[in-house]
Amino acid sequence: MLAWTIYLSFAGALAEALLPKGRAGLARGLALVVALAGFVIAVLGFAGGMGQGLVTIVDVPWVPAMGIHFLLAADGISRVLVLLTGLAAVAGVLFSWNIELRTNEFFAFFLALIGGVYGVFLSFDLFLLFVFYEIAIVPKYFLIAIWGSTRREYAAMKLAIYSFAGSAMVLVVLLAAYTTSGSHSTGLIALGNAGLPVSFQMWAFPVTFVGFGILAGLWPFHTWAPTGHVAAPTAASMLLAGVVMKLGAYGCLRVAMALFPHGMDPWGFTFVGIGSWRDVFAVLALVGIVYGALVALVQTDFKFVIGYSSVSHMGFVLLGLMTLNQIGVTGAVLQMFSHGVLAGLLFAIVGRMVYDRTHTRQLAELERMHLGKRLPFAAWAFVIAGMASMGLPGFSGFVAELQVLIGAWTAKPWWTAVAGVGIVVGVAYTWRALQKALFSDVLPTPEEHPSTGWPKFAAITWPEVAGFSLLTAASLVVGLYPKILLDAIEPAVKTLLAGGGQ
Amino acid sequence: MNYADLFRVTLPETALEVAALLVLVVDLGFLRKAALTVRAAVAALLGVAGCGVALWFVLTAGGASLSFGNDLLLTVGGTAAVAQAGILVLTALTLLLLIDAAFTRHVGEFVGVVLMAATGGLVISAAQDLLVIFVGLELLSLGLYILTAFAKKSAKSAESALKYYLFGGMSAAFLLFGFSYLYGLSGSTNLHKIVIASYALSTVGAWPLWALALVMVAAGLGFKVAAVPFHLWAPDTYEGAPAPAAAFIASVSKVASFALLITVGSIALNPFDFSRTAHGVLRVQLSFGVITSEVLTPRPLGFLAPWATVLAVMAAASMLVGNLAALAQISVRRLLAYSAIAHAGYILLGLAYFSYGSRSANAILYYTLTYGLTTIGAFGAIGVVERATGSDRMGAFLGLHKRNPVLAAVVLVLFLSLAGIPPLVGFWAKFNLFAAVLSVHAGPVSLALVALAVGMSAVSLYYYLQVLKRAYVMPAVNDEPIRVRPVTMLVLLLVAAGVVLLGCFPAVLQGWIASFYPIIDYVRMPPG
Repeated sequence: MLAWTIYLSFAGALAEALLPKGRAGLARGLALVVALAGFVIAVLGFAGGMGQGLVTIVDVPWVPAMGIHFLLAADGISRVLVLLTGLAAVAGVLFSWNIELRTNEFFAFFLALIGGVYGVFLSFDLFLLFVFYEIAIVPKYFLIAIWGSTRREYAAMKLAIYSFAGSAMVLVVLLAAYTTSGSHSTGLIALGNAGLPVSFQMWAFPVTFVGFGILAGLWPFHTWAPTGHVAAPTAASMLLAGVVMKLGAYGCLRVAMALFPHGMDPWGFTFVGIGSWRDVFAVLALVGIVYGALVALVQTDFKFVIGYSSVSHMGFVLLGLMTLNQIGVTGAVLQMFSHGVLAGLLFAIVGRMVYDRTHTRQLAELERMHLGKRLPFAAWAFVIAGMASMGLPGFSGFVAELQVLIGAWTAKPWWTAVAGVGIVVGVAYTWRALQKALFSDVLPTPEEHPSTGWPKFAAITWPEVAGFSLLTAASLVVGLYPKILLDAIEPAVKTLLAGGGQ
Repeated sequence: MNYADLFRVTLPETALEVAALLVLVVDLGFLRKAALTVRAAVAALLGVAGCGVALWFVLTAGGASLSFGNDLLLTVGGTAAVAQAGILVLTALTLLLLIDAAFTRHVGEFVGVVLMAATGGLVISAAQDLLVIFVGLELLSLGLYILTAFAKKSAKSAESALKYYLFGGMSAAFLLFGFSYLYGLSGSTNLHKIVIASYALSTVGAWPLWALALVMVAAGLGFKVAAVPFHLWAPDTYEGAPAPAAAFIASVSKVASFALLITVGSIALNPFDFSRTAHGVLRVQLSFGVITSEVLTPRPLGFLAPWATVLAVMAAASMLVGNLAALAQISVRRLLAYSAIAHAGYILLGLAYFSYGSRSANAILYYTLTYGLTTIGAFGAIGVVERATGSDRMGAFLGLHKRNPVLAAVVLVLFLSLAGIPPLVGFWAKFNLFAAVLSVHAGPVSLALVALAVGMSAVSLYYYLQVLKRAYVMPAVNDEPIRVRPVTMLVLLLVAAGVVLLGCFPAVLQGWIASFYPIIDYVRMPPG
């Protein structure tokens, strides 16, 4: 049943592309229907898959001569991420309700991207996974280049080139693994059981991890992320941070770590305390956590703050993966979900609720606008989202980061110490942005303070309230009752870490 | 050899020649007073009909072959049939695009020359003998020179044709020089005998001559496929030639030339002629050690090692130069020319690591056929834009999505396919080709070359996106709709649909190509 998320999204994209121009309302309605349908299927699939392990959904020979199958399957991790994609899609449509320029094309690219993302999370054939992974690249480019803002063409091209460079690395490994394994199959399970030589895994693992890691915001390959997020239209930033970065992290877990586990074995020597690829990537993740947080602390553009915070939060995901223990990896997957929801929420508030009304994102200008009084809904929405993002108990971010930190402590205590610095700085930058943008007491200059009172901003619309409620509810539910997702994630992580296929 | 045999084997070529003459007679004899569009339509449709008949002969031919004495001259079936069918289909598409092109009043002659050049392509796809190869190549090349110069009012067309002709003449001289050495070393013009001779002990001391001869041959053929460093003609020709002629050069001529390279490659690897000389060959082989695995054994002497080395060097150079030079182009035609050089580089990589059996040949044919299809569409679209705006610069594509959304969608599909984005056919072709390369030889060098190729395709996305950016992203200077005539639109939509469907269902074309190969596992044939 979950396969229909993919088919529906692509069918929706095609239908949007064929819609007559100028029927913006129709295009919006159709997009919402398709996204909702996908979400409902994702929820049903999630509920129906409870307590089950890996379930094959579709298995059709695609290229029999090369052993390539159209193989869709889902385990707990996939189901959680499909659920996240469904949420992000619905919220994305709701927060792009005000797109008037080439509306049908916008939603065509949007739904094509969503379809590709669903496809990646459900593919259990490496070739198929790669196909969906690349399908997701092109719509991103057009979404940013056409509907974006600040330096959009530059940011879009940078994102496309970074993504394509990453996928080129993955493709090389895919080709090499396919020919080396001799199993005459590109199925993830077949490749995992093929017993690839350790020497092969030793180079394949880092190449694949970096290839996917680029999209997950792995430092120092993260630089597409802030520029891309900032330039993208609201819905695209939500998707970029919400699900596209998860594609990268998911690839690191499902492909790099599951297929080439021996790539993380010790090298046999250590250099400044680093003795394996696992250490290398853990250190890069830690640098990402701290660096992202520090850079977010000094941004003057509201959206850049959120952009760099994404790099920092995705660092937790990658660190959790590199702990290689049950709790750490589980935390990483939960953090993917949590960050997907919260980053989407933050971008929605900054991009849609604030920027579309104030037409500036400069903190220095927002300071004088008294948004806390003039846009109370946006202000309190940001308070809630910011609290959730900095890891307040009760929200999903807390559970996820806590698990990652415990896992990191079990692996190497000093990882936790460094990551803890990131959390503290995280509180600082969220607080700073909150204070400056929304609750500043800087008085407006006289000419900006007409005696008649401030001009009114357009009221908050129902799609914004709906989208906000949806995402906040998701974060709260997971934060208060994490078992709902953990029951799905834990067994899947257990089998994945145990090796022997998935 | 008797003439009945000759006729049976060359039925497709004959059909094309008859069609060419028929076109000339009808156009010059009966339609002198008719309107240009009528003449173009009649000539093109006659040509398409000729292609159809020839295609029917190709597909029903079975496995005949033509020998002269003991020497094989032409084969039918296998590589030849696939390439020939591809040539005919692509020629028909070119002719259909010609109907609305209107760059010349001499449509009858144009169609006639296209058909004769296509005949040359059919001949070299099937040829097994140096002399037949040369005749076919010249037939094809002379046709292409004429087609390039066909826009008589355009100085660019004349200039590019002259350049093409001079380069072509020189490369033909290289080729002949190489052929003469091969003949001198082996005493035969037959490819099989030449390769067998290369295994003979008597030629051990002559390896520099072998290498020299093969470099010369590679130079001559490298010119045809526009491989670096023999690529200099391509940008000018692609830019100056009339759009249908450029499409023909970019597709049909490429398919034919690569079919010829496959012939040379497979013969170099399979010096077994099961029908007649198997014992003799295998005995010679035993004295060198029988090849038992599907691995390209580097051999210091003979045909294989220098051939593969030369091709690998040309492949790497073409990928680098083609992709990097394309980054700087502002003319879309020149961009396609450099991208063609890059694509030739990928294919040459497949030829450098050529497999026993049919794996590599399949992958290469798949690549060239689908690439040919995509470029014909691309040139068709460029032709339409050029007629509307008078320019092939990137700027001409500004706002295309407003001026003609369907055409913009076609351009989107075709260019993304050229960049190798799934699920379009260009991606599958690349994957298949590189997988074939690595399955032949998975060593550090081949892996590095494949990594270079994959990395360079990532670079190529940048310049393809430059065109798409203008079509979709940047603001239009001119909102006036671009009209496309129904026939052209239909062909373009057909091509785009083909690119999408073949990409989504790659097994269809792959299975069709494989069906032309006898299921012989060359490697496991017991000696004797």
